[in-house]
Amino acid sequence: MKRLSTLLLATIALLPFAAACDTGPVVQAPGTSSASASAEDKQWTMQNKNYASTRYSALGEINAGNVKTLKVAWSFSTGVLRGHEGGPLVVGSTMYVHTPFPNIVYALDLTKEGAPVKWKYVPKQDPKVIPVACCDTVNRGLAYGDGRIFQNQLDNTTVALDAETGKELWKVKQGDYKVGQTITAAPLVIKDKVISGVSGGEFGVRGYLTANDVKTGKQVWRMYSTGPEEEVGFPGSVETWKGDEWKRGGGTTWGWYSYDAELDLLYYGTGNPGSWNPDQRPGDNKWSMTIFARNPDTGKAKWAFQKTPHDRWDYDGINEMVLIDVTIKGQPRRVLANFDRNGFAYMLDRATGELLAADPFVVVNWATGVDLKTGRPIENPEKQTSSTKNTKDICPSAMGGKNQQPVAYSPKTNLIYVPTNNLCMDYEGVQVKYQAGQPYVGAIVVSHAGPGGNRGEFIAWDPTTNKKVWGVKEGLANWGGALATGGDVVFYGTMEGWLKAVDAKTGAPLWKFKTPSGIIGNPMTYVGPDGKQYVAVLSGIGGWSGIGVAAEIGAEDPTAGLGALGAFGDVANFSNQGGVLTVFSLP
Amino acid sequence: MCADPENLPFSNQKLEGFENRIAEVVAKDLGASVSYIWWGQRRGFIRNTMNATLKEGRCDVMIGAPEGYDLVRTTKPYYRSTYVFVYRKDKGLQITSLDDPILKTIRIGVHLLGDDYSNPPPVHELSKRGIVGNVKGFDTFYSAQNPPSTIIDAVAGGKIDVAIVWGPAAGYFVLHQPVPMAVVPVPSGKGDLPFAFDISMGVKRGNDALSAEVEMALVRKHAEIMQILKDAGVPLLEKRVAK
Repeated sequence: MKRLSTLLLATIALLPFAAACDTGPVVQAPGTSSASASAEDKQWTMQNKNYASTRYSALGEINAGNVKTLKVAWSFSTGVLRGHEGGPLVVGSTMYVHTPFPNIVYALDLTKEGAPVKWKYVPKQDPKVIPVACCDTVNRGLAYGDGRIFQNQLDNTTVALDAETGKELWKVKQGDYKVGQTITAAPLVIKDKVISGVSGGEFGVRGYLTANDVKTGKQVWRMYSTGPEEEVGFPGSVETWKGDEWKRGGGTTWGWYSYDAELDLLYYGTGNPGSWNPDQRPGDNKWSMTIFARNPDTGKAKWAFQKTPHDRWDYDGINEMVLIDVTIKGQPRRVLANFDRNGFAYMLDRATGELLAADPFVVVNWATGVDLKTGRPIENPEKQTSSTKNTKDICPSAMGGKNQQPVAYSPKTNLIYVPTNNLCMDYEGVQVKYQAGQPYVGAIVVSHAGPGGNRGEFIAWDPTTNKKVWGVKEGLANWGGALATGGDVVFYGTMEGWLKAVDAKTGAPLWKFKTPSGIIGNPMTYVGPDGKQYVAVLSGIGGWSGIGVAAEIGAEDPTAGLGALGAFGDVANFSNQGGVLTVFSLP
Repeated sequence: MCADPENLPFSNQKLEGFENRIAEVVAKDLGASVSYIWWGQRRGFIRNTMNATLKEGRCDVMIGAPEGYDLVRTTKPYYRSTYVFVYRKDKGLQITSLDDPILKTIRIGVHLLGDDYSNPPPVHELSKRGIVGNVKGFDTFYSAQNPPSTIIDAVAGGKIDVAIVWGPAAGYFVLHQPVPMAVVPVPSGKGDLPFAFDISMGVKRGNDALSAEVEMALVRKHAEIMQILKDAGVPLLEKRVAK
């Protein structure tokens, strides 16, 4: 805490709880994330490490020179089979581990050998919610603040638990699964509010973001992605829809949330417009597929930037916003970096929403570029989907150039580490399907590996030039997040189950370990009460890409799992189901 | 049986749906008793019922599966129905084709199946004809009760002028409306998607023995099943294939 700048102290003063609690989260304002370790780096109190979502820890005991000796210290079965996204938190000497549905929370005592369970919380949810979840019953983790653990459950319950005892302090219903709403995203605590989103774009859910009071759970504001200005907190939506179709306009908010304390702006992306086929919803369909910058106290938006107007490809724009201070075109800028499903790496001025750069980070052929003046993609008419024609080899696929797996940014190397998918898709009519008792013929989407045949690549990206620096090709898609450390080691997991360490400067492989199941979670690091640095990751195959294993769909139907099985029918050859936390340290 | 717990007129947990009745008839013929695995009929229905991970969670037969639905092994079809126009008889409408120019001006209701890229055939054919702004979508999701009924209530109440709905989902609710309504099959024009479908029972892929057994029961109980469908107001077409 001694090393904190005045700016940081000013930020903490906004957080009544943090200053009083020496194990509480310390806010690291964007741009001030020092490359050297602080007391805060001993913990991991937010899903993406800090409000800037850099997933960078300055810890360096484990470094490029010694990581090859990394060994399993202990492991823990979550007792749940489905896809495990997100990662554990460490606050003080307690680790908090979450699971997919039924959304169990475990508090593990790090002061004792083998980290025994301090408490366990098992919510009661109606199993009818399971079929409503689009892409496996995932959950992207917990949030911490004010001595409380916050959790969003699949059935739209947000709950506050006493971090010491696991006792339920309050819970609120944020939506109704009977109309297609679920929650899979992790909440984020900003000042005295906890921010939560909603999933369900496939079912025509009208997306919203909600702020609840940390102390009581009372709703402070809710802002929608589509509709009239007073409900969106920003103008310009209604006129981009036919009639009142904005009422089922999609734009769900199931990704990650970032925050800049100095600008006092909360950032997040919205998902695809729903639920008509594109021909039935002419217009830009704002503010689906949009980056929003909102005031966290009022919910009002300062700016909004739409990435994919009138989406025809299911390129949900929900990926995380990384807040970094870098030089672009010779100017130092306060940047928001976003690696979108649509395949473009966007660099925006996060104070104003001005587009600074947009370049493809994977193979992209649906657009030839992005007009930097208007922000609009320059679309390739040959790759526009339509219910009346077959369209082959659209890149990236609906699963995105990158999906929910968050990137990491190291201020030491000034590189962003991006887990990417190399996937393209065929969009074809007509096949008999069946839903809600009705047969229908629908277009089908089949994903397949892009050029080269590898389905993923872990890349390092220079935000200054907006260009790739190096890449490590992966057989399966990179569906797990990245971790960058002060030891110049970058960690990421693969769907086969490998946790890998590579050199932060060169990408050279340094170490790997095969965990019991495929990794779609995000590695994290902390210092234990014994003073040693640990690296932890959840394995447990599933999610959209791993749905075939998670739900035991065979490869015989390439259109199952919304097209995922075409690309990932062989995942079961590499990995089986089962949620396990594996924790590593030097010997 | 694999069935939806809350989707009248097809099935519900109180066993009030016509699929529940047909299941009883077929099971009785085979000397079996009926038990259910309930799951919402949407994405993941087959994978979570017939193909469930745990053996005790699996069911053997899906009662209504369109012929050629390739997630299951379908039997020979036992009935054929169609998407229909539903409108009040007292409004002076005479709609028999999607090319009727009146469809560009009146309010049209359709079901939204709520899944990426998958609206029912009438939605695709309406957009192809440039009919977009006057089309309203109705959810088929879980709701207070009987999700498919809302669209028929909207026709009866004058909120929309015509609904274009899968026949079996519409017929039953038309029977229970106080207002007389027309139920008219939607014909497929040249180059249009099909609107009529043969409906079979479905069993696990590869289970040809069970499929054959169920087919025999469907043949033996044909008359009884037809009566159940007629009682439920299901618009029936001549079966296209009866090999």
